[in-house]
Amino acid sequence: MGIEAQALTCLRGGRVVFRDLSFQVEAGEVLAIEGANGAGKTSLLRMVAGFLVPAAGAIRLRTKSGGQIFYDDERGKFAGWLGHHDAAKPQLTARETLIFFARLYDVDEPAEPALEEAGLARAADLPCQFLSAGQKKRLALARLKLCQRPLWLLDEPLAALDANGKIFAASLIAAHCALGGIALIATHEALGLDCTKLALA
Amino acid sequence: MSAFNTLLFRDVRLAFRAGGGAMLALAFFASVAMLVPLGIGSDLRLLARVASGVLWIAAVLAGLLSLDRLFQADFEDGSLDLITLSPLPLEGASFAKIAAHWLTTGLPLTLLSPVLALMFGMPPRVWGPLAFSLLIGTPAVSAVGAVGASLTLSIRRGGLILPLIVLPLLAPAVIFGAGFVIGVLDNLPNGALLLLAAFSFASLLLSPFASAAAVRLNLGS
Repeated sequence: MGIEAQALTCLRGGRVVFRDLSFQVEAGEVLAIEGANGAGKTSLLRMVAGFLVPAAGAIRLRTKSGGQIFYDDERGKFAGWLGHHDAAKPQLTARETLIFFARLYDVDEPAEPALEEAGLARAADLPCQFLSAGQKKRLALARLKLCQRPLWLLDEPLAALDANGKIFAASLIAAHCALGGIALIATHEALGLDCTKLALA
Repeated sequence: MSAFNTLLFRDVRLAFRAGGGAMLALAFFASVAMLVPLGIGSDLRLLARVASGVLWIAAVLAGLLSLDRLFQADFEDGSLDLITLSPLPLEGASFAKIAAHWLTTGLPLTLLSPVLALMFGMPPRVWGPLAFSLLIGTPAVSAVGAVGASLTLSIRRGGLILPLIVLPLLAPAVIFGAGFVIGVLDNLPNGALLLLAAFSFASLLLSPFASAAAVRLNLGS
Protein backbone atom coordinates (compact mmCIF):
# COMPACT_ATOMS: atom_id res chain seq x y z
CA MET A 1 0.00 0.00 0.00
CA GLY A 2 1.34 3.39 -0.90
CA ILE A 3 0.45 6.60 -2.61
CA GLU A 4 2.62 8.74 -4.80
CA ALA A 5 1.88 12.16 -6.25
CA GLN A 6 3.99 13.64 -8.99
CA ALA A 7 4.17 17.29 -9.96
CA LEU A 8 0.57 18.08 -9.08
CA THR A 9 -0.81 21.42 -10.11
CA CYS A 10 -4.08 22.70 -8.79
CA LEU A 11 -6.11 25.39 -10.51
CA ARG A 12 -9.09 26.97 -8.79
CA GLY A 13 -11.13 29.59 -10.60
CA GLY A 14 -8.36 29.99 -13.18
CA ARG A 15 -5.67 30.71 -10.56
CA VAL A 16 -2.83 28.45 -9.52
CA VAL A 17 -3.24 27.25 -5.93
CA PHE A 18 -0.14 25.10 -5.89
CA ARG A 19 2.15 23.72 -8.55
CA ASP A 20 4.75 20.96 -8.89
CA LEU A 21 3.72 19.29 -5.69
CA SER A 22 5.17 15.82 -5.20
CA PHE A 23 5.01 13.50 -2.24
CA GLN A 24 5.06 9.85 -1.39
CA VAL A 25 3.40 8.07 1.51
CA GLU A 26 3.92 4.44 2.42
CA ALA A 27 1.74 2.07 4.41
CA GLY A 28 1.58 2.99 8.09
CA GLU A 29 2.52 6.61 7.54
CA VAL A 30 0.73 9.79 8.42
CA LEU A 31 1.17 12.79 6.17
CA ALA A 32 0.28 16.08 7.84
CA ILE A 33 -0.57 18.71 5.23
CA GLU A 34 0.12 22.16 6.55
CA GLY A 35 -0.32 25.58 5.08
CA ALA A 36 -2.02 28.91 5.47
CA ASN A 37 -5.71 29.39 4.71
CA GLY A 38 -6.18 29.10 0.98
CA ALA A 39 -2.93 27.21 0.44
CA GLY A 40 -4.88 24.32 -1.07
CA LYS A 41 -5.03 21.75 1.73
CA THR A 42 -8.64 20.83 1.10
CA SER A 43 -8.13 20.94 -2.67
CA LEU A 44 -5.25 18.50 -2.35
CA LEU A 45 -7.38 16.09 -0.33
CA ARG A 46 -10.24 16.39 -2.83
CA MET A 47 -7.75 15.67 -5.58
CA VAL A 48 -6.55 12.51 -3.87
CA ALA A 49 -10.16 11.42 -3.33
CA GLY A 50 -10.77 11.90 -7.05
CA PHE A 51 -13.31 14.74 -6.77
CA LEU A 52 -10.93 17.22 -8.36
CA VAL A 53 -8.89 16.45 -11.42
CA PRO A 54 -5.34 17.84 -11.27
CA ALA A 55 -4.53 20.42 -13.93
CA ALA A 56 -1.18 18.69 -14.33
CA GLY A 57 0.61 15.79 -12.71
CA ALA A 58 -0.67 12.43 -11.55
CA ILE A 59 -1.46 10.45 -8.44
CA ARG A 60 -0.69 6.76 -8.30
CA LEU A 61 -2.03 4.39 -5.70
CA ARG A 62 -0.47 1.02 -4.98
CA THR A 63 -2.95 -1.36 -3.40
CA LYS A 64 -2.17 -4.02 -0.81
CA SER A 65 -2.36 -6.71 -3.46
CA GLY A 66 0.24 -4.92 -5.53
CA GLY A 67 -2.13 -3.44 -8.10
CA GLN A 68 -1.59 0.03 -9.45
CA ILE A 69 -4.36 2.55 -9.70
CA PHE A 70 -3.95 5.52 -11.99
CA TYR A 71 -7.49 6.69 -12.67
CA ASP A 72 -8.92 9.43 -10.52
CA ASP A 73 -12.35 7.90 -10.13
CA GLU A 74 -11.08 4.48 -9.03
CA ARG A 75 -9.08 5.88 -6.15
CA GLY A 76 -12.25 6.89 -4.35
CA LYS A 77 -13.10 3.25 -3.67
CA PHE A 78 -10.11 3.10 -1.32
CA ALA A 79 -10.67 6.42 0.36
CA GLY A 80 -12.18 7.03 3.78
CA TRP A 81 -13.32 10.63 3.76
CA LEU A 82 -13.75 13.06 6.63
CA GLY A 83 -14.49 16.54 5.36
CA HIS A 84 -15.43 19.92 6.78
CA HIS A 85 -19.02 18.83 6.95
CA ASP A 86 -19.93 15.87 9.06
CA ALA A 87 -22.61 14.29 6.85
CA ALA A 88 -24.94 13.99 9.83
CA LYS A 89 -28.57 14.36 8.75
CA PRO A 90 -30.45 16.44 11.31
CA GLN A 91 -33.43 14.06 11.17
CA LEU A 92 -31.50 10.81 11.69
CA THR A 93 -30.09 9.63 14.99
CA ALA A 94 -26.39 8.97 15.49
CA ARG A 95 -27.02 5.24 15.41
CA GLU A 96 -29.09 5.42 12.22
CA THR A 97 -26.37 7.50 10.59
CA LEU A 98 -23.69 4.93 11.37
CA ILE A 99 -25.84 1.99 10.28
CA PHE A 100 -26.67 3.77 7.03
CA PHE A 101 -23.03 4.37 6.14
CA ALA A 102 -21.95 0.89 7.18
CA ARG A 103 -24.54 -0.61 4.82
CA LEU A 104 -23.78 1.86 2.06
CA TYR A 105 -20.10 0.93 2.31
CA ASP A 106 -21.02 -2.74 2.46
CA VAL A 107 -19.39 -3.25 5.85
CA ASP A 108 -20.75 -5.95 8.12
CA GLU A 109 -19.89 -4.36 11.46
CA PRO A 110 -22.19 -3.44 14.32
CA ALA A 111 -22.54 0.27 15.07
CA GLU A 112 -22.66 -0.15 18.86
CA PRO A 113 -18.92 -0.56 19.64
CA ALA A 114 -18.04 2.31 17.33
CA LEU A 115 -20.54 4.58 19.09
CA GLU A 116 -19.22 3.53 22.48
CA GLU A 117 -15.63 4.12 21.49
CA ALA A 118 -16.47 7.59 20.18
CA GLY A 119 -18.10 8.48 23.50
CA LEU A 120 -21.54 8.72 21.90
CA ALA A 121 -23.24 5.84 23.70
CA ARG A 122 -25.59 8.18 25.55
CA ALA A 123 -26.34 10.30 22.50
CA ALA A 124 -26.85 7.34 20.16
CA ASP A 125 -30.61 7.76 19.88
CA LEU A 126 -30.61 11.52 19.63
CA PRO A 127 -31.37 13.04 16.23
CA CYS A 128 -28.17 14.62 14.93
CA GLN A 129 -29.71 18.09 14.98
CA PHE A 130 -29.31 18.00 18.77
CA LEU A 131 -25.65 16.95 18.67
CA SER A 132 -22.94 19.54 19.27
CA ALA A 133 -20.28 20.25 16.66
CA GLY A 134 -17.80 18.16 18.63
CA GLN A 135 -20.21 15.25 18.93
CA LYS A 136 -20.84 15.35 15.19
CA LYS A 137 -17.09 15.24 14.59
CA ARG A 138 -16.88 12.21 16.91
CA LEU A 139 -19.68 10.61 14.91
CA ALA A 140 -17.76 11.29 11.68
CA LEU A 141 -14.66 9.68 13.18
CA ALA A 142 -16.69 6.66 14.26
CA ARG A 143 -18.07 6.41 10.72
CA LEU A 144 -14.58 6.66 9.27
CA LYS A 145 -13.41 3.74 11.37
CA LEU A 146 -16.51 1.69 10.65
CA CYS A 147 -16.13 2.06 6.87
CA GLN A 148 -12.71 0.40 6.93
CA ARG A 149 -11.06 2.15 4.01
CA PRO A 150 -7.24 1.91 3.80
CA LEU A 151 -6.59 5.50 2.69
CA TRP A 152 -7.88 8.09 5.13
CA LEU A 153 -8.31 11.65 3.90
CA LEU A 154 -9.03 13.91 6.84
CA ASP A 155 -9.76 17.60 6.62
CA GLU A 156 -9.27 19.26 10.01
CA PRO A 157 -10.21 16.17 12.02
CA LEU A 158 -9.50 17.92 15.32
CA ALA A 159 -11.75 20.92 14.74
CA ALA A 160 -14.41 21.35 17.45
CA LEU A 161 -13.15 18.38 19.48
CA ASP A 162 -12.45 18.66 23.22
CA ALA A 163 -9.21 17.42 24.81
CA ASN A 164 -10.51 13.87 25.15
CA GLY A 165 -11.84 13.95 21.63
CA LYS A 166 -8.44 14.95 20.28
CA ILE A 167 -6.86 12.02 22.08
CA PHE A 168 -9.58 9.76 20.64
CA ALA A 169 -8.93 11.05 17.12
CA ALA A 170 -5.16 10.61 17.47
CA SER A 171 -5.52 7.08 18.82
CA LEU A 172 -7.91 6.18 15.99
CA ILE A 173 -5.44 7.42 13.38
CA ALA A 174 -2.52 5.69 15.11
CA ALA A 175 -4.41 2.40 15.24
CA HIS A 176 -5.36 2.74 11.57
CA CYS A 177 -1.74 3.27 10.54
CA ALA A 178 -0.48 0.49 12.80
CA LEU A 179 -2.61 -1.86 10.70
CA GLY A 180 -0.94 -0.68 7.51
CA GLY A 181 -3.30 2.16 6.63
CA ILE A 182 -2.40 5.57 5.32
CA ALA A 183 -3.67 8.90 6.60
CA LEU A 184 -3.42 12.24 4.81
CA ILE A 185 -4.43 14.95 7.23
CA ALA A 186 -4.93 18.64 6.55
CA THR A 187 -4.56 20.41 9.86
CA HIS A 188 -3.54 23.56 11.67
CA GLU A 189 -3.06 21.84 14.99
CA ALA A 190 -0.42 19.45 16.30
CA LEU A 191 -1.78 15.94 15.86
CA GLY A 192 0.27 14.34 18.63
CA LEU A 193 1.36 11.62 16.21
CA ASP A 194 4.53 10.66 14.38
CA CYS A 195 4.04 12.16 10.99
CA THR A 196 5.74 13.38 7.87
CA LYS A 197 4.96 16.99 7.14
CA LEU A 198 4.05 18.49 3.82
CA ALA A 199 4.02 22.26 3.72
CA LEU A 200 1.94 23.97 1.07
CA ALA A 201 3.28 27.37 0.17
CA MET B 1 -29.33 -5.10 2.35
CA SER B 2 -27.65 -3.76 -0.76
CA ALA B 3 -26.16 -0.28 -0.94
CA PHE B 4 -28.86 0.70 -3.44
CA ASN B 5 -31.72 -0.26 -1.12
CA THR B 6 -29.95 1.35 1.81
CA LEU B 7 -29.82 4.72 0.07
CA LEU B 8 -33.40 4.32 -1.20
CA PHE B 9 -34.74 3.57 2.28
CA ARG B 10 -32.77 6.39 3.85
CA ASP B 11 -34.18 8.93 1.40
CA VAL B 12 -37.72 7.63 1.89
CA ARG B 13 -37.27 7.78 5.65
CA LEU B 14 -35.89 11.32 5.48
CA ALA B 15 -38.84 12.40 3.34
CA PHE B 16 -41.29 11.23 5.99
CA ARG B 17 -39.41 12.71 8.96
CA ALA B 18 -39.74 16.33 10.05
CA GLY B 19 -38.76 18.72 7.26
CA GLY B 20 -39.11 16.04 4.59
CA GLY B 21 -41.01 16.73 1.40
CA ALA B 22 -43.42 13.80 1.25
CA MET B 23 -46.51 15.23 2.93
CA LEU B 24 -45.66 18.70 1.63
CA ALA B 25 -45.95 17.59 -2.00
CA LEU B 26 -49.21 15.82 -1.32
CA ALA B 27 -50.68 18.82 0.51
CA PHE B 28 -49.54 21.15 -2.28
CA PHE B 29 -51.14 18.92 -4.90
CA ALA B 30 -54.43 18.91 -3.01
CA SER B 31 -54.36 22.66 -2.35
CA VAL B 32 -53.78 23.61 -5.98
CA ALA B 33 -56.49 21.21 -7.07
CA MET B 34 -58.86 22.78 -4.54
CA LEU B 35 -58.10 26.37 -5.56
CA VAL B 36 -58.81 25.86 -9.26
CA PRO B 37 -62.59 25.28 -8.91
CA LEU B 38 -62.72 28.41 -6.74
CA GLY B 39 -61.15 30.36 -9.56
CA ILE B 40 -63.09 28.82 -12.44
CA GLY B 41 -66.49 28.64 -10.86
CA SER B 42 -69.00 25.88 -10.31
CA ASP B 43 -69.71 24.88 -13.92
CA LEU B 44 -69.45 21.10 -13.45
CA ARG B 45 -69.18 20.32 -17.18
CA LEU B 46 -66.30 22.76 -17.53
CA LEU B 47 -64.57 21.49 -14.39
CA ALA B 48 -64.76 17.87 -15.50
CA ARG B 49 -63.27 18.95 -18.82
CA VAL B 50 -60.26 20.86 -17.39
CA ALA B 51 -59.69 18.47 -14.46
CA SER B 52 -57.18 16.22 -16.19
CA GLY B 53 -55.02 19.14 -17.28
CA VAL B 54 -55.22 20.85 -13.90
CA LEU B 55 -54.40 17.69 -11.98
CA TRP B 56 -51.51 16.89 -14.27
CA ILE B 57 -50.03 20.39 -13.91
CA ALA B 58 -50.55 20.28 -10.15
CA ALA B 59 -48.80 16.91 -10.02
CA VAL B 60 -45.80 18.21 -11.94
CA LEU B 61 -45.54 21.30 -9.73
CA ALA B 62 -45.91 19.23 -6.56
CA GLY B 63 -43.12 16.97 -7.76
CA LEU B 64 -40.90 19.99 -8.36
CA LEU B 65 -41.50 21.31 -4.87
CA SER B 66 -39.12 18.97 -3.08
CA LEU B 67 -36.79 18.37 -6.02
CA ASP B 68 -34.32 21.15 -5.29
CA ARG B 69 -33.32 19.36 -2.08
CA LEU B 70 -32.87 15.99 -3.83
CA PHE B 71 -29.10 16.37 -4.15
CA GLN B 72 -28.55 19.75 -2.55
CA ALA B 73 -29.21 18.67 1.04
CA ASP B 74 -26.66 15.88 0.69
CA PHE B 75 -24.26 18.23 -1.06
CA GLU B 76 -24.40 20.83 1.69
CA ASP B 77 -23.86 18.50 4.63
CA GLY B 78 -21.10 16.47 2.97
CA SER B 79 -23.14 13.28 2.53
CA LEU B 80 -22.82 13.47 -1.25
CA ASP B 81 -19.00 13.19 -1.00
CA LEU B 82 -19.41 10.01 1.00
CA ILE B 83 -22.07 8.61 -1.31
CA THR B 84 -19.75 9.26 -4.26
CA LEU B 85 -16.90 7.36 -2.58
CA SER B 86 -19.12 4.41 -1.66
CA PRO B 87 -19.09 1.14 -3.63
CA LEU B 88 -22.43 2.13 -5.19
CA PRO B 89 -21.78 3.83 -8.56
CA LEU B 90 -23.08 7.38 -8.70
CA GLU B 91 -25.49 6.36 -11.46
CA GLY B 92 -27.00 3.80 -9.09
CA ALA B 93 -27.15 6.38 -6.31
CA SER B 94 -28.96 8.79 -8.63
CA PHE B 95 -31.46 6.12 -9.57
CA ALA B 96 -32.03 5.31 -5.89
CA LYS B 97 -32.71 8.98 -5.22
CA ILE B 98 -35.10 9.22 -8.18
CA ALA B 99 -36.94 6.12 -6.97
CA ALA B 100 -37.15 7.50 -3.42
CA HIS B 101 -38.45 10.81 -4.74
CA TRP B 102 -41.12 9.08 -6.77
CA LEU B 103 -42.16 6.84 -3.87
CA THR B 104 -42.63 9.87 -1.63
CA THR B 105 -44.25 12.27 -4.11
CA GLY B 106 -45.44 10.68 -7.37
CA LEU B 107 -46.96 7.58 -5.81
CA PRO B 108 -48.89 9.29 -2.97
CA LEU B 109 -50.40 11.86 -5.29
CA THR B 110 -51.35 9.17 -7.77
CA LEU B 111 -53.22 7.45 -4.97
CA LEU B 112 -54.93 10.70 -3.98
CA SER B 113 -55.91 11.64 -7.55
CA PRO B 114 -59.24 9.71 -7.71
CA VAL B 115 -60.48 11.69 -4.70
CA LEU B 116 -59.65 14.96 -6.44
CA ALA B 117 -61.19 13.66 -9.67
CA LEU B 118 -64.40 13.16 -7.73
CA MET B 119 -64.21 16.75 -6.46
CA PHE B 120 -63.89 17.97 -10.04
CA GLY B 121 -66.98 16.05 -11.02
CA MET B 122 -65.20 13.70 -13.38
CA PRO B 123 -67.23 10.61 -14.26
CA PRO B 124 -66.07 7.54 -12.29
CA ARG B 125 -65.01 5.68 -15.44
CA VAL B 126 -62.20 8.25 -15.89
CA TRP B 127 -60.79 7.99 -12.35
CA GLY B 128 -58.89 4.83 -13.15
CA PRO B 129 -57.31 6.11 -16.39
CA LEU B 130 -56.37 9.38 -14.66
CA ALA B 131 -54.62 7.58 -11.80
CA PHE B 132 -53.02 5.20 -14.27
CA SER B 133 -51.64 8.05 -16.38
CA LEU B 134 -50.17 9.63 -13.24
CA LEU B 135 -48.74 6.28 -12.15
CA ILE B 136 -46.95 5.92 -15.47
CA GLY B 137 -46.07 9.57 -15.99
CA THR B 138 -44.91 10.82 -12.58
CA PRO B 139 -41.67 8.76 -12.63
CA ALA B 140 -40.65 11.01 -15.53
CA VAL B 141 -41.17 14.04 -13.28
CA SER B 142 -38.77 12.60 -10.70
CA ALA B 143 -36.27 11.47 -13.34
CA VAL B 144 -36.14 14.66 -15.42
CA GLY B 145 -36.26 16.67 -12.20
CA ALA B 146 -33.24 14.84 -10.85
CA VAL B 147 -31.19 16.04 -13.80
CA GLY B 148 -32.21 19.62 -13.07
CA ALA B 149 -31.57 19.15 -9.36
CA SER B 150 -28.07 17.82 -9.91
CA LEU B 151 -27.23 20.57 -12.38
CA THR B 152 -28.24 23.31 -9.95
CA LEU B 153 -26.98 21.69 -6.78
CA SER B 154 -24.10 24.05 -6.12
CA ILE B 155 -26.10 27.18 -6.96
CA ARG B 156 -27.52 29.02 -4.01
CA ARG B 157 -31.25 29.46 -4.43
CA GLY B 158 -30.93 26.90 -7.22
CA GLY B 159 -34.54 26.00 -6.47
CA LEU B 160 -35.62 29.05 -8.41
CA ILE B 161 -33.74 28.06 -11.56
CA LEU B 162 -34.73 24.43 -11.35
CA PRO B 163 -38.31 24.89 -12.66
CA LEU B 164 -36.99 26.88 -15.61
CA ILE B 165 -34.83 23.93 -16.62
CA VAL B 166 -37.27 21.17 -15.81
CA LEU B 167 -40.74 22.45 -16.73
CA PRO B 168 -40.13 22.75 -20.51
CA LEU B 169 -38.67 19.24 -20.52
CA LEU B 170 -41.77 17.92 -18.80
CA ALA B 171 -44.14 19.29 -21.41
CA PRO B 172 -44.46 15.88 -23.14
CA ALA B 173 -45.60 14.27 -19.90
CA VAL B 174 -48.35 16.86 -19.43
CA ILE B 175 -49.43 16.70 -23.08
CA PHE B 176 -49.64 12.92 -23.25
CA GLY B 177 -50.88 12.42 -19.68
CA ALA B 178 -53.71 14.96 -19.81
CA GLY B 179 -54.38 14.13 -23.46
CA PHE B 180 -54.93 10.48 -22.68
CA VAL B 181 -57.46 11.29 -19.97
CA ILE B 182 -59.34 13.70 -22.26
CA GLY B 183 -59.42 10.98 -24.90
CA VAL B 184 -60.98 8.55 -22.44
CA LEU B 185 -63.47 11.23 -21.39
CA ASP B 186 -64.52 11.69 -25.03
CA ASN B 187 -64.47 7.97 -25.79
CA LEU B 188 -61.86 8.52 -28.44
CA PRO B 189 -59.18 5.95 -29.05
CA ASN B 190 -55.72 7.44 -28.61
CA GLY B 191 -52.13 6.33 -28.33
CA ALA B 192 -51.14 8.99 -25.80
CA LEU B 193 -50.66 6.43 -23.04
CA LEU B 194 -48.03 4.58 -25.06
CA LEU B 195 -46.20 7.82 -25.80
CA LEU B 196 -46.37 8.75 -22.12
CA ALA B 197 -44.94 5.37 -21.16
CA ALA B 198 -42.18 5.74 -23.73
CA PHE B 199 -41.30 9.21 -22.45
CA SER B 200 -41.29 8.02 -18.87
CA PHE B 201 -39.21 4.96 -19.68
CA ALA B 202 -36.65 6.93 -21.70
CA SER B 203 -36.21 9.55 -19.00
CA LEU B 204 -35.82 6.90 -16.29
CA LEU B 205 -33.23 5.18 -18.43
CA LEU B 206 -31.16 8.24 -19.30
CA SER B 207 -31.45 10.57 -16.34
CA PRO B 208 -29.37 8.56 -13.82
CA PHE B 209 -26.41 8.92 -16.16
CA ALA B 210 -27.03 12.60 -16.79
CA SER B 211 -27.48 13.46 -13.15
CA ALA B 212 -24.45 11.40 -12.07
CA ALA B 213 -22.36 13.34 -14.59
CA ALA B 214 -23.75 16.63 -13.29
CA VAL B 215 -23.01 15.64 -9.68
CA ARG B 216 -19.41 14.78 -10.61
CA LEU B 217 -19.08 18.13 -12.31
CA ASN B 218 -20.36 19.96 -9.25
CA LEU B 219 -18.22 18.01 -6.77
CA GLY B 220 -15.15 18.89 -8.82
CA SER B 221 -15.90 22.60 -8.85
